[in-house]
Formats: sequence, C-alpha cells, structure tokens
Amino acid sequence: MANDPNTPNRIDEPTGTEFVGHEWDGIEELNTPLPRWWLWTFYATVVWALAYSVAYPAWPMLSRATEGVLGWTSRGQLMEEMGAADAAHQTVKEQLAAVDIIKWQDNPELMQKAVAGGAAAFKVNCVQCHGSGAAGSAGYPNLNDDDWLWGGDIEAIELTIKHGIRWDGDSQSRTSLMPGFDGIFSDAQVTSLVGHVRSLSGQGESNTTGAQLYADNCLACHGPAGGGDRLQGAPALNDAIWLYGSDAANIRTQILRPRHGVMPGWQDRLDPVTVKMLAAYVHSLGGGEQVPAMAPEPVTEDNVQP
Amino acid sequence: MSNSNNQNSTRHQKLERNITLMAVATLVTVAIGGLVQLTPLFYLDNTIEKVEGMRPYTPLEQAGRDIYIREGCYVCHSQMIRPFRDEVERYGPYSLAAESMYDHPFQWGSKRTGPDLARVGGRYSDEWHVQHLTDPQSVVPESIMPQYGFLGETTLHVPDAAGTLVALSRVGVPYSETDIEMAEADLIAQANPDVDPGDLAMRYPKAQIRDFDGNPRRVTEMDALVAYLQMLGTLVDVSSAAAQQELAEEKGR
Repeated sequence: MANDPNTPNRIDEPTGTEFVGHEWDGIEELNTPLPRWWLWTFYATVVWALAYSVAYPAWPMLSRATEGVLGWTSRGQLMEEMGAADAAHQTVKEQLAAVDIIKWQDNPELMQKAVAGGAAAFKVNCVQCHGSGAAGSAGYPNLNDDDWLWGGDIEAIELTIKHGIRWDGDSQSRTSLMPGFDGIFSDAQVTSLVGHVRSLSGQGESNTTGAQLYADNCLACHGPAGGGDRLQGAPALNDAIWLYGSDAANIRTQILRPRHGVMPGWQDRLDPVTVKMLAAYVHSLGGGEQVPAMAPEPVTEDNVQP
Repeated sequence: MSNSNNQNSTRHQKLERNITLMAVATLVTVAIGGLVQLTPLFYLDNTIEKVEGMRPYTPLEQAGRDIYIREGCYVCHSQMIRPFRDEVERYGPYSLAAESMYDHPFQWGSKRTGPDLARVGGRYSDEWHVQHLTDPQSVVPESIMPQYGFLGETTLHVPDAAGTLVALSRVGVPYSETDIEMAEADLIAQANPDVDPGDLAMRYPKAQIRDFDGNPRRVTEMDALVAYLQMLGTLVDVSSAAAQQELAEEKGR
C-alpha cells in the first residue's frame, strides 16, 4: 500500500487510464472516471432538487416554511379534488334536496339515483354491522325483510339513520329498554313464559302459567298476540324473525337479561342528502313500506306482520 | 477525480485515506441533512395546528391505549388519515398533527392490514366493538383479525395509574395535579356505572362515562380498550366547514 500522492501515477496502457496506486499481490486498481451520462444525470438531479424546492414548499424559515411559487399544498389539492367530486354530484344532490323524501317514489329516475347513492354510502358506513348484503346477523337487524322494529316507511328509516337507536350522542335517538326479569321470575316461571312466547310464532304449545305471566308483564309492549309495538321498538314475537335467536335458550336470556342493540346516529357524520339516500336504499331492499297516509300520526293498531 | 483534475483528486484522496477525517466529514454531511429536517419542527409553531378540544387521555383511555400497544394493534391498524380523497371518503376528515400531540409514542403506523382507526370513535356501538374484538369474523366474515375475547375476561390491572400520568406530564402532557391525584379513582369511575365519576367529565371534556364491555360488575381490559377506541378522533371538531377551509388555504407548512 505504498502510495505517494506526489508522484504521478502510471498509466495502464490498454485502457489509457491511470492506476490508483494500490497494489496487492500484483493486483492493481484503475482510477476509471465516472461515465459522463451518470455524471450529467447526477448534476440534473441537483438542478431538479433546487428548482423543486423553489416551486414547492420546502425551506424552513423563521416562522414558517417557504410557500413555493406554485402555492401547492396537499390539503389544498384535496379540497380541490373533493370540490370537483362534489360538483359532479351536485345536480343530483340538489334535485334530491329540493324534493321531499316521500315524493321521491313518484319520480322513478330520481329514486334510482338516490338508491344508487345510498348503496355506495351503505358499503362504506353500514356493512360492518348490517352485513354487505344488509342481511344483518344476531343482534344486528336484517334490512331485507319486512319486519321493522321502529317502522319501515322511508321517513321512519331516515329518522333512525339520522338519530340512531339508543345512541348516547343524540338526544333524539330512538330509545326503549326492556326490563330484565332476572331474579323476578322463578326458573319454572321463565320456562313457562318461554313456552308461551314460542307458541306465539307457532313453535310448540302454550301453557296457562306462561300465558298469564305474558299478560301481566309483556302484553303492554309486545301486544296480546305478540305483534310488537313500533312506537317503542318492541319487537313482534309472532313471526319467524328473531334478532337474538328463536330457540328457548336465547329467548330465556333475552327475558332475564335483555340485550339492547345500539346504532350510532349519523347526522353528524353524513350530510342530510346522504342520510336520505341511505334511507331510500334501505327502503328499496325489499321490506319498504308506504308512509301512512296520516303522515306523522303513528300507526296504532297492533301491526301484525304480513 | 478524472485525470485532468489532479488537484481535486489529491485532496479527495487525502479524505479517503484518513479514516478519522472521513468519519468527521461524514458526520458533518449527515448532520446537515438531519438538522435541516428536525430543527424547524421544534420552533415552527404552524407544524402543529391550533385546534380546540384536544385534551389528555383519561386514565381509562390511557390504559386502553397501553393495551392497544401491548396487543400490537398498531401492527395492522394505522391512526393517520392522509389528505387523499379515497381516505377521506372512507375514514373521515384527514388527521391533524394536533390530534396526536398527547400520544407518547404516536400510533400513526405504517401498515394497514386492517382499516385506519384514527376516527373509529362513535362509528360503532360498544356492543359491536366487544363482539368484534371477541370474534371479528362474526361481524366481518372476511376479516383475518385474531380474536381478543380474553380482554373481556381479564380484570383491568394498572399497576400505577397516577405514575403513568406523572410520566406523561414530564414529557409535556398537561395533566393537572387533581388529574394525577384522582387517577386511580377516575380509572374505575369511567367504566363502572355504580361509582360516582365526580368531576371527571369536567376535567376531561367529551369523556364517555359508561360501562363499555356489557359487564357492569367489573372493569375489564375490554372496558379500557373500547373506551379508548370510542374516543379516537372524537375530541377535535375537524369536520366543520370553516376549519377545513382554513386548513386547506394555509400555506408554508
């Protein structure tokens, strides 16, 4: 490794390149210059970097960074993109906002757009609980059937989506609580009551103890024939649709320690038209009902499920 | 370095051959790059937005956060909604630096095997969270998330709730003395409906006080984790039109 930087290095004859001066066991290194193309690419990147830092926000100064002559910001760009996307939907949204949701049904073209918009919003916000096909699962209602806890007309659905069910964050949320009968009924009493409840939907025979217990404790909300009451979200017990399961064990649990589903209210997260579109979509899934003619007047009969 | 540039070549050779000189020169070069990027973050005020509503986490949320880290949730879930249209439409308004200013360490993450959680708070019911953590596939059939049912069976044990807050206050989280004194009590009171939470909601605005795991009889790790998840992204009102407009127009960040 004897190198003397002051003596000019020898030249390698075949290539015309000078030696670096190292030698290990007769093996020497050539001081081959960088290829021109590489060097110029390198210089170009330096120029690019300088130009970029002038054009875009880059250099930190005393109170903030330089703004860049193009005035670009990532958030500004997002705002523009969102604005453009909104503008594309604007006409449809305006059309929808201008017409009362009940009247959408009179305009099939408008309704079709609303349902398509609702389907898109449903995939983002609702599928986690109600399932991608809106078929729900234990504890999360199926939205395809015609069994509704709180009402299945488009306005009732909109109200539910807006304010949620038993949702802390919204004082207008629909709320009802079934009392738990744990410790109130004896084991035998619960068994009889479960028998009677199951008989309402044609599963097995009723019994007098159960029927009496039902009349004394359950009838006020669930109705004499188990038709339920949508005013308080009391489920119908006389059909084949069960939120927490129809077998004796599940019904028993539900009588002793009722589970209560909670749905968030969406009016703070979604704009009013999107909420309406969601209502239209859910309404279109199969079980949608007509808005009662006496508009806000609630249905008072024991709405037996068809 | 070429033949024609012998003077330079010699100087560079000196640098190459003196290992100490080389090390010093490398350090100086790397330090310039590092300092230019890091120093401004300490003195530029506008790197952290001024927002209203951000507050330190309650002891229960902090405990939930510790469980989140312990279970490695951050390995699959990010907490950083970037300002892109696809992310904003799916997860909600983009995250602000201010929203993670009390995170030590922050949970931005870099890998999304699962969805982003920066604004998961208030999106689902507590019941959903418990069911989903216990058996994710029961609500999202295609999910590959592991099951965390044991959290609901494990009583929450925080060795020193006050100590945690003291440690955090030393790195700049503004817990008051009352907060630290009350830490043990707050921890339980937030999730146990039988305990009077006192002024918890005053000291921690927007704190959600209720039984989270569906088992009011005891405070479990599930309570803590769900309390933390239900708080995520709910503290700062970022969705107001004015706030968004202002952020979009701010330059030189």
